[in-house]
Amino acid sequence: MNKRESVNDFVVRFANVNGSGSASANNLFARAIFRLGVPVSPKNIFPSNIQGLPTWYEVRINEHGFLGRRSGVDLAVAVNGQTLYQDYQEVLPGGYFLYDSTRELSEKFNRDDITVIGVPLTTLCNDEFKNPKLRQLLRNIIYVGALSFLLDLDFSILTESIEKQFRKKPKLGEPNIKALELGFAYAKEHHAGVCRLSVRKSKKLGDEILMDGNSALGLAAVYAGATVTGWYPITPSTSVVEAFERYSRQFRTEQDTGRNKVAILQAEDELAAIGIVIGASWNGARAFTATSGPGISLMSEFLGLAYFAEIPAVLVNVQRAGPSTGMPTRTQQADLLACAYASHGDTKNVLLFPCDPKECFDLGADAFDLAERLQTPVIVMLDLDLGMNDHICAPLVWDDSRKYDRGKVLSAAELDSRQEKWGRYLDIDGDGICYRTYPGTHPTKGAYVTRGTSHNEYAGYTEESPIYQAGMERLLVKWQTARSLMPPPRIKIRDTGFAVGVVFFGTTTHAAYEAISRMAEQGLEINSLRLRAFPFQDEVVEFINRHQMIFIIEQNRDGQLRTMLMTEIGVSPRRLQSILNFDGLPITADFITKKIQALLADEHQENLQVSQGGQA
Amino acid sequence: MSFDRPNFRHPKLAKNSAGYSRTDYEGAISTLCAGCGHDSTTNAIIQACFELSIVPHRVAKMSGIGCSSKTPAYFLGKSHGFNAVHGRMPSVATGANMANRELLYIGISGDGDTASIGMGQFAHALRRNLNLNYICMNNGCYGLTKGQDSATADKGSVGKRGAPNMYASIDLCELAIELGASYVARGFSGDKQQLVPLIKGAIAHNGLAFIDVISPCVTFNNTSTSTKSYEYVREHIEATNTFDFVPLQQEILAQYSEGASQEVVMHDGSIIHLHKANSSEDVTDRLQAVNKLELEKKRGRLLTGLLYVNPDIQETHDIINSTLRPLNTLTEADLCPGNSALQRINESLR
Ligand SMILES: Cc1ncc(C[n+]2csc(CCOP(=O)(O)OP(=O)(O)O)c2C)c(N)n1
Ligand code: SF4
Ligand SMILES: [Mg+2]
Repeated sequence: MNKRESVNDFVVRFANVNGSGSASANNLFARAIFRLGVPVSPKNIFPSNIQGLPTWYEVRINEHGFLGRRSGVDLAVAVNGQTLYQDYQEVLPGGYFLYDSTRELSEKFNRDDITVIGVPLTTLCNDEFKNPKLRQLLRNIIYVGALSFLLDLDFSILTESIEKQFRKKPKLGEPNIKALELGFAYAKEHHAGVCRLSVRKSKKLGDEILMDGNSALGLAAVYAGATVTGWYPITPSTSVVEAFERYSRQFRTEQDTGRNKVAILQAEDELAAIGIVIGASWNGARAFTATSGPGISLMSEFLGLAYFAEIPAVLVNVQRAGPSTGMPTRTQQADLLACAYASHGDTKNVLLFPCDPKECFDLGADAFDLAERLQTPVIVMLDLDLGMNDHICAPLVWDDSRKYDRGKVLSAAELDSRQEKWGRYLDIDGDGICYRTYPGTHPTKGAYVTRGTSHNEYAGYTEESPIYQAGMERLLVKWQTARSLMPPPRIKIRDTGFAVGVVFFGTTTHAAYEAISRMAEQGLEINSLRLRAFPFQDEVVEFINRHQMIFIIEQNRDGQLRTMLMTEIGVSPRRLQSILNFDGLPITADFITKKIQALLADEHQENLQVSQGGQA
Repeated sequence: MSFDRPNFRHPKLAKNSAGYSRTDYEGAISTLCAGCGHDSTTNAIIQACFELSIVPHRVAKMSGIGCSSKTPAYFLGKSHGFNAVHGRMPSVATGANMANRELLYIGISGDGDTASIGMGQFAHALRRNLNLNYICMNNGCYGLTKGQDSATADKGSVGKRGAPNMYASIDLCELAIELGASYVARGFSGDKQQLVPLIKGAIAHNGLAFIDVISPCVTFNNTSTSTKSYEYVREHIEATNTFDFVPLQQEILAQYSEGASQEVVMHDGSIIHLHKANSSEDVTDRLQAVNKLELEKKRGRLLTGLLYVNPDIQETHDIINSTLRPLNTLTEADLCPGNSALQRINESLR
C-alpha cells in the first residue's frame, strides 16, 4: 500500500454525533494548527437537528494558503457509529482511519488500501474520568491528543490553548490536559511510525486572525454605531445578532448608570424585525437585522416600502440552501435575485458581497454609511460557509478618525437657514438623494408624512402620473449615484490577451483563486474579477466586454448573477457561461477546474467544426 | 387629494399652557367620507392633545393601511407621520420608539389592520408594553377595500353587502387585557365627552395604552342591521364609568364621595378620577375587567369606558434597561469602541 504522505497539505475529517460536545475538541485541533502558523480552514457540515444526527467537521490544512474546501479525506476521525462505514469508505486510498476501538470493527471493514488506527477512546475515558457529563466531552479531547502524536503536532500548543481557554477556571482545564495526554500516550505506544501526514510549524501566517463571518458582522454593527436591532432566530444568521449582543454587553454599557446603549428586540417574526429596523432608521437611529432566505421572503413588502419611501435599512442575509426550508444547514448563494429585486413593483436593492470575516467587518460597517447616504436598504450577502465557519483573514482595523456618514439630514438650524422651501423628495443636488428630517427636530419646519403610496416632492399624496413617474425616475438617478459609491471589484489580470475571464463573489473566492493558480501551472492563464457589490460598476462591464470568454462561477442552480449581468448591463447570454455548484457544500477548486477545462474543450471542438466547415 | 388650510389665526383663539391654539393640532383636510366615524375620532385626538398642551412636533404619528390609517394626515400637521404597510404599524412604532424614547407615539390602526393581518404585531406590542397610544378605529369592516366583514364584526351583523357575518367576532379589548396591555379602554366616536378623557389618560400612561374606538363606516356598515352602526351603538352602549382626567399641575377641585370613586395615579403624576356605577368595581383588576366585558356582552350591551389600567408596569425601555438618553442622539464617542479595543479582540482570535 502507498500511504498518503504529506507535510502541511491534507484534509482531516471528524465524524461526530450532533450534540455530543465535539465542537470544542475539533476547534482545539484547528486552532492549534492555526497557531503553528499553518493555513487551515475548518468547515462544519451539520444537520438541521439539535441532538443525535451525524455531523462532520472538515479541516483542510494547506501550506500554500488555499483555504477553499477540498474534497477527499486523508485522515478520518470516526467516532459516530451511525456513519462509521460510510466514513470508512470515504477515506482516500492510502489514507488513514482513526476510530474508537472500544468496539471492534465488523468484517465488512475490509479495505486493504487504507491504514486503520484504533484508539479505545471510550475505555480510556471511562477508566480515567468518573463524571458522566465530563466523560462525553473528554472522550473527544482524547482523540485530539492521539492526533497530536500521529501528526507530530506540537503538544504544547494544545496544552497552551487549554490553559488559555480555562484561564479563569484552571481546575476545569486539568482533566482536559489529562485527556490529551491519555490519547497521546496511547498512540505513541501502539501506533508509532504509522501515520505519514504531519503538521510542521510554518511562517506562512503572520498576524492573521481566525474568526467566523457572523461574529465579524455583529462586531461591525457595534463599531458602526447600530443601536437598534429587531430579529427573529433562523439558521445560519442567528449568530450575527448573538455576536452583536455579546459585543454590546462588552462595549455598550453606560458607565454611570449600567444601562444599555442599545435596544435588541427578539421580534415575533421577520416582518416585525424589518419593521423595527425601518421605524428606528426613520427616527434617526442606526438599525439592522439579520436573517436568511425564508426571512427575506417575509420581509419583501417592507423592503419595498423602505426603497420607495427612502428609508435606510441594513439587512444581513446569511444564505442557506433553498428553495423553501430547503437544506437549512447547508450553504448556497441562491438569494441574489430575491434580494436584489425584493418586493413588488420596480424595486432594486443594494447588495454587498464580502468574501471573508475581515470583509464582513469592513463592508458590514460600510453598509450603515451607504444605507444612510443612499436612504435605501443595503443587504450584506453572506452565506452559511462564511457566516458559521471559522476563516483565516487579515486582522480587523478601525480608523479612529472615521466619522459615521449619516447622509443628508437637516438639523433645526439648517431648516431655519434654508432659503428655498424644503421638500422631502426634492432633489436639489442632482444626485437623486434628497434631504430628510428626523421626527421632533423643529417646532414648525420639516414635518411630513412618510408613506408607501406615491408622493410628490413635498411628500404629499399624489396619483398624478407625471409626478409619480418623475419620482420613479429620480430613484434611478439615485441608483446611478449608488454605483459610484459601491466598493470596487477586485480584478486580477494574468493574461493581457484577455482570452478567458472568470467572475465570482463571496465564498467562491478561495476555491476560484486556487483553480486559477492550478490552471496557470498547466499553462492556462485566466483573468478574474471578484465582484463586491450590486449595482455593478463600469469596471465590471469593461472586464466582461474585454474578454473572449467569460465564466460566471456561482453557488446556485440558476446562474442568478449571470441573469443579473445580462439584464443590468446588457451582456449577451451567449458570452456568459455558468459554472454552478449547488449541492449545499462549499465549492471546491477541483470542481471549478474540471468545469472550466470541460467548457474550454467544448468550445475548442465547436471552433474546429466551424473552421472545418463541418456544419452542412 | 388633500388641501392645505389657510394659515390664518384668530387673535382671540384660546391658547393652552404650552402656547398653542387648537388649530396648531390640526392637520390637512380629511378626504374621508362625510360622516365617517374616523373623522370624529381624529377630532377627539386633536382635542386631547390640545387640552394636555402636548408640544405638537414632539409627537410621532404611526399607522398601518386603511381609511383609519390615513387619519394621521388629518391631525397634528406639525408632527412627523408614518403611514406604513397594512397591519405592521406596531413594529414600525416599536423601532421608532426604541430610537427615541422622548417623543410621544400615537399609533392609529383599523380593525382589519389590527384584528386580521396585524394580529401578531398587535399581540406582541402589547406583550412588550411598548410606550405607545394605540388607537384602533373599529368599524367592523374593511372600509378602504369596500366593506368586507372584518374580524371584529359581530356574528349575525349585516352591513351594506347584505349577507350576515357567520363568524365569531374578536373583542380587541378582552384580548388586549389578556395579552398584558396596561391600559385598555373602549370609546365611541360619537361620544366625545367620554373619548377625549380616555385619550388623555392613554397619553399620560407609561406603556401600551389600547383604545378600541367604535367608529362607524357610514358608507359600508351603517345599516340598521349592523352592530357597528351609529344607531345600534347609541342604543346598546353601556358606560362602565365616567372619569375626570386631572393633569399633574392641576389641583383636584371636585369632591368625590367615598366608595363610588377610584383614583389612579399615572406614571407622570397625573390622576384619573373615576366615578363608578358600582362601588366594588376596581379598574386595576384584570379578572373583573374581563368578567364585566363578558357580562355586558351577554346582556347585549357594548361596554365602554376605562376598562383596565395598571399604572405600575414597566414599559419596553425599562424592561431592556436601555439608556435614558434617546438612542438616536448617541454619537461615535458613545458607540464606537475604537481601534485599541479591536486590536484586543484580534488578539483573542489568534
Ligand atoms: C398586504 C396588503 N393586503 C391587502 C391590502 C388591501 N387593504 C387595504 S386597507 C384594507 C383593510 C382596511 O381595513 P381596516 O383596517 O378596518 O381599515 P378601515 O378602512 O376600515 O378604516 C385592505 C385589506 C393591503 N393594502 N395590503
Ligand atoms: S369607506 Fe367607511 S371607513 Fe372609509 S372613509 Fe368612508 S365611511 Fe370612513
Ligand atoms: Mg375597519
